[in-house]
Amino acid sequence: MLVNTIQKGIVIDHITAGQGAKIIEYLDIDKKVNTIAFIMNATSKKHGRKDIVKIENVIDIDMAVLGLIDHNATVNIIEHGEVVKKIVLTLPEKVVNVIKCQNPRCVTSVETKAPHIFHLIDEANKEYRCEYCDDIVSMKEGSQNEIMH
Amino acid sequence: MLKGRSLLEPKDFTIEELEDIFQLADKIIDAPENYEEVCRGKLLATLFYEPSTRTRFSFEAAMCRLGGKVIGFSEPNSSSVAKGESIADTVRTVACYADIVVMRHPKEGAPRVAAKSTEIPVINAGDGGHQHPTQTLTDLLTIRRERGGFDDMTVGICGDLKFGRTVHSLIKALSRYNNVKFILISPEELKIPEYVRKEILMKNNIEFKEVEKMEDVLPELDVLYMTRVQKERFFNEEDYIRLKDKYILEEEKMKLAKKDMMVLHPLPRVNEIAVEVDKDPRALYFKQAKYGMYVRMALIMSLLGCKKVSYMKEGKQC
Repeated sequence: MLVNTIQKGIVIDHITAGQGAKIIEYLDIDKKVNTIAFIMNATSKKHGRKDIVKIENVIDIDMAVLGLIDHNATVNIIEHGEVVKKIVLTLPEKVVNVIKCQNPRCVTSVETKAPHIFHLIDEANKEYRCEYCDDIVSMKEGSQNEIMH
Repeated sequence: MLKGRSLLEPKDFTIEELEDIFQLADKIIDAPENYEEVCRGKLLATLFYEPSTRTRFSFEAAMCRLGGKVIGFSEPNSSSVAKGESIADTVRTVACYADIVVMRHPKEGAPRVAAKSTEIPVINAGDGGHQHPTQTLTDLLTIRRERGGFDDMTVGICGDLKFGRTVHSLIKALSRYNNVKFILISPEELKIPEYVRKEILMKNNIEFKEVEKMEDVLPELDVLYMTRVQKERFFNEEDYIRLKDKYILEEEKMKLAKKDMMVLHPLPRVNEIAVEVDKDPRALYFKQAKYGMYVRMALIMSLLGCKKVSYMKEGKQC
C-alpha cells in the first residue's frame, strides 16, 4: 500500500496495533481541515503489527495525551519532506485535563473550573494519582479510565 | 519558615517544622498568658461547609486566646455558596478581608482548590474522607507530651480506616519517624484506601499488618487510636448499621493491653469506647482535645508569622 510522503507535519510511528484510531480521536486535530493518513496493521519488524498516523501541516500536538495512550509510539517531525526531529515518547510525569477523576467525593466533581491534575506514581502499571483526592487510576489498556476530550 | 504557607496535609511540613510547632505549643501550654495579644489585629476566617463542633470551636478558641478575631460561616446555606459560588471565588473574596483561612469541606481536595486561589495561608480542617492534618498535629502533640517522642512504637488504628481522614493523616505523618509499626484493625469493607497502602506504607517500607480482631493484637500496642464509623460517609445506610458497632473498647479488653498503652480518639465518640474506659489513666482522648487548641494556637501563630513580643509585665520579663 502506498501513502504519499508529506512535506510538513508529523508521522506517529510504531503505534501499538489497534491504538491508532484512539490517538486520532484524542489528539484534538480538526479532521475537517487537516489531511490525515491512518494505516492500520502495517508490518513491523519490531512488533509484528503496528499502526501509523501521518498528519499534514500539523506539528504541535499534545505529547502528554500521546504518551498516555501509547508511550511505545515514536513521533517524527517532518519539514521539507525530511525528518528533522524524532521524539521518543514516555509516560508524562504530570497531566493536566487529560485524565478525569472518577472519585465522586473528589472536589473536581463539583468545582467544575478546577483543572484535573494527575501525577505518575507507577510507570509499570501506568498508575496516576489525583492531586486533589489522591485517588489512584490505572491507564492500562482495558482499564475503565478514559482520557478527557 | 512557615509564615505564609498552607497546611493541606501533614507532609506539607518537614518533621523539623512540626517540631518547631510542638515546641511553641509547649511554651503556650506552660504560660498561655504570654500569648494573649500576639495575633491582635489579625482576622481568621472559618469556612465550614460541613458540620463541626470541636474543630471549629478549637480554631475559634485558639484565635481568640491569641488576641485575634474570627469571621466565617458554619452552615454553607447561609452564605453565597447557596447561590452556587465556586470554592475558588469564595476564598478569593474572603482573602480580601481575612489574614488566614480555615476550611472544612465534604469534598476531598477542596482546601487545595482554596490554596491555589489565594496568597493567604489555608488550613485544611478536614476534607471529606481524605485528610485532617490539624487533628494529626493534636494526635502528635499528645503522643509527644505523654510518651516523649514518636520513634520505636507500635500503633494500632481501629475502626473506619477507609473514610477516616484522621487515620490517613496520622499514618502519613507517623510514617516519617523511625521504627513506627502499624497494626490496622478494621472490617474488610473499611480497610485503608489504596493510596495509603501503596503510596505511604509500601513505598516507604513501613511495617504494617491488617487484622479484623482487636483482642488478638491489643497486647502488642503502644498506642491504640480508636475511630468512629462515620454515618455521613456511607451511601448505603444498611452498610453503616451492619458495621457501626463492630469494635467496642471496654474495660475487659483494656486488661489485655500494656500498662502504659495510650488510648486516643479524634472524637466525637459514639459507641466505640465504653464510657467506663474514661476513668482509665490510659484514656487520653479528652486531654487530646485540649492539646488540640494549643497546637492550633501554635499553628496559627506560625503561619501568620506572629511572634511573642517580650514586654515587661508587672516587672517580670516575659
